[in-house]
Amino acid sequence: MSKKGNETVKTITVAGLLCLVCSIIVSSVVVTLRPQQAINADLDMKKNILMSAGMLKDGDDINAVFATLEPVIIDFNTGDIVDLESEENKAKFADFDQVAASKDPAQSINIPADKDIAGLGMRSNYAKAYVKKDESGSVDTVILSHWGKGLWSTMYGFVALGSDANTIKGFAYYAQGETPGLGGEVDNPKWKAQWIGKKLFNEAGEVVFKVAKGVASGESQVDGISGATITTNGVTSSMKYWFGEHGYGKFLAKLKAGEI
Amino acid sequence: MNVKDLLFKPILSNNPIALAVLGVCSALAVTVQLQNVIVMCGAVTFVAAFANMGVSIIRNHVPGSVRIIVQMTIIATLVIIAEQFLKAYMFDQWKTMAVYVGLIITNCIVMGRTEAFGMKNGPVASFLDGIGNGLGYSFVLIIVGFFRELFGSGKLFGITVFELTNDGGWYQSNGLMLLPPSAFFLIGFIIWALRTNDPSQVEDSN
Repeated sequence: MSKKGNETVKTITVAGLLCLVCSIIVSSVVVTLRPQQAINADLDMKKNILMSAGMLKDGDDINAVFATLEPVIIDFNTGDIVDLESEENKAKFADFDQVAASKDPAQSINIPADKDIAGLGMRSNYAKAYVKKDESGSVDTVILSHWGKGLWSTMYGFVALGSDANTIKGFAYYAQGETPGLGGEVDNPKWKAQWIGKKLFNEAGEVVFKVAKGVASGESQVDGISGATITTNGVTSSMKYWFGEHGYGKFLAKLKAGEI
Repeated sequence: MNVKDLLFKPILSNNPIALAVLGVCSALAVTVQLQNVIVMCGAVTFVAAFANMGVSIIRNHVPGSVRIIVQMTIIATLVIIAEQFLKAYMFDQWKTMAVYVGLIITNCIVMGRTEAFGMKNGPVASFLDGIGNGLGYSFVLIIVGFFRELFGSGKLFGITVFELTNDGGWYQSNGLMLLPPSAFFLIGFIIWALRTNDPSQVEDSN
């Protein structure tokens, strides 16, 4: 074999061996650490849900507090809670992930352009929510997930509502990539505290909640954030969408009527 | 091989950021909070040290035509390992800086050292050189992070030092410090200080 041929063989051998060694290292690390990572991700999501509802205090055991909540699946089209007692539904919704489902055409619908206030494109057929019941077994708090576009990022969060399906009991985003100090102030605890006690709907049942421009007035507004107009407009429109008729509207109407 | 030189020269007299102006990209991106800075510095030092050592071990068997991609593969492997460990044991930090950990692959310091040092020197010296450059990188990042967090959000390691006006205190935060360009100014000041102190670092003007 010529000298040049030898070199080519050597190059390919070295590259091949290196790739083999590296891929073995990478895959063994990934496989070994996966269980720990899954625990982290799970705990983190529980923490986000509880924090948005203001149910978590410093030093609380996240798993213990979370166990007081009951996960439910809501059918957007009928507004009913899906019966999870049946084996079929149990299997169907065992690993249901609302965000992932909203990106899967098989599990979601296209939002008609005139209804797509928040610019989301698609919406899943079902939602995963969390319900806290009081001692008598009636609904005390529901925690609903929502998301919408800010300036740079899609902001994902939860809103906790009281049993009147109108009063906000807590609000928080768990993932957002807005400018720190400006749009990123949606994470400011003082700002989030303003949401508590605000009403989503007016007497006619329209979603009137909004982030004001400047100082809030009335019981359905929170203060604007200076330097974050686009982010806060995104917050307002995502609230309008998710709590409107195309979002959780039907479910909330039933909740209010005491059918749930 | 002089261990002390390998470890400590890159901090002041041969700093990868201040003298070679490498690795500036991540110095802009992750320095808003000191806690992230520390995690990033640890990850970069780990990757730089082991990548340098790994490249050094196989340096005599690497054909010249594919040496860059070979170095890249080793670096990428180490970065994935670092990221997986963060995800498993420092989940909150991983969440705030996920992309930037992955971007260590493109950190010029790491590849600059494997190409300039690891390809020519033994594994132990290369390992120490990697640690030294990691420390040099950390030195600049910690200074930048200190000023950005203190003046940008009035905190150090997340603990309030200056009470912000937003929270009813007296300190009006400096918004520029929260944005990446402020790191440019700070790095500029550091380079100025280092070169005033040691004029031999100043480049010849043409």
